[in-house]
Amino acid sequence: MTSRLIILLTFLVALMASIMPLPLSVDAFRPDWVLVVLLYWCLALPARVNVISAGVMGFILDVLLGSTLGVHAGAMAISVYIIAGNFQKIRNFSVWQQALIVGVLSALYHLIVFWLQRFLTDAVFLPSYLYPVLTTIILWPWAFLLLRKIRRNFRIT
Amino acid sequence: MVSPLQYLATAPKQMMNWAAENLVTRRQLITDNEQYKINELAFHEQALQLAIVKRENDRLRALLASPLRGEAKKMVAEILAVDSDPYTHQVVINRGANDGVYEGQAVIDDEGIVGQILHVGTTSSRVLLITDVTHAVPVRVSRNGVRLIASGVGVIDILTHNYVPHSTDIRVGDVLVTSGLGGKFPEGYPVAQVTTVLQDESRAFSQIQSQPVAKIDRLRYVLLLWPEQLNVQPANNIITRPDKKAGSKRL
Repeated sequence: MTSRLIILLTFLVALMASIMPLPLSVDAFRPDWVLVVLLYWCLALPARVNVISAGVMGFILDVLLGSTLGVHAGAMAISVYIIAGNFQKIRNFSVWQQALIVGVLSALYHLIVFWLQRFLTDAVFLPSYLYPVLTTIILWPWAFLLLRKIRRNFRIT
Repeated sequence: MVSPLQYLATAPKQMMNWAAENLVTRRQLITDNEQYKINELAFHEQALQLAIVKRENDRLRALLASPLRGEAKKMVAEILAVDSDPYTHQVVINRGANDGVYEGQAVIDDEGIVGQILHVGTTSSRVLLITDVTHAVPVRVSRNGVRLIASGVGVIDILTHNYVPHSTDIRVGDVLVTSGLGGKFPEGYPVAQVTTVLQDESRAFSQIQSQPVAKIDRLRYVLLLWPEQLNVQPANNIITRPDKKAGSKRL
């Protein structure tokens, strides 16, 4: 019970961080907090957090960001699906290799969101849409260590 | 349902604002106060004038048998500093269904039209700005009454006007006001000022761009408008003709 609460709490913090107001110059570099937390839990506890939780978090993110309902949910679910299918392999990689894979997934996530938006509203591609990939790669090792500490500390299984 | 999260996310910013507003020196307060007193005098004088002009306008409108303009209900709302999707132009405000906000409601600031309510929550709601790609406002040129549509292009300081014939009388600097035709926005609020008029004869229509007059990138407080009440009686009992229907039809 407590372990479920703690997982939920990490998601709440991630959601809050992804709508926190930032100065305009830093705003384009906002890492994908929700995706990183989702990927960590999906790697660590694939029985608890999987594609369905990714879809739910994506829906909440859609409501919070005011995008068309389902855009982030779909992109999030697809990215997490790839990890959920290969979690045994990726688990054994070093943190930096994992960071690169997370970067690729984050790029995929942003591209899916962009494609869907392009389909819906004729959005124009700007390179700045992919800046979060860089910060997500940098964020991953730290998020990984922190979340592992939380997981071991509270003995979440 | 997610508004607690939104309020929580903007809490640090609110605290900074609170601190900035509450920690001012006495000297600054005194100078501000003096300034406000002077301003109040000036505004008060204008308000006196306004009352007279308003009565005169009501009388003239009654003479023309056109519907009177009642006092519309208004409410001030504050922008919640919440981040949105980079693909859309939206802001979140701190008024929701509890305050009577409804979808499609007009939102203005002190200069002009800002947008309309897109989605209503219990204590917060989302405003679609006029510069969003999916938004368009029916406007007219205040100089000569030519009707246009102002559509957003996803850039914060540009609106475009499609399908305007070359023969249309429109010039750079013209002020565009809402025409009230769509029924969403009340008539007569300024929307934009024309910045470029390109009349390239090789194209089917002239290309016109304008700049919103509302400070869309610097919003902090906005006003929500409710439609005028129908039970407004003509002032001064000048005329009450049976064609009050015209008034009710207009809404």
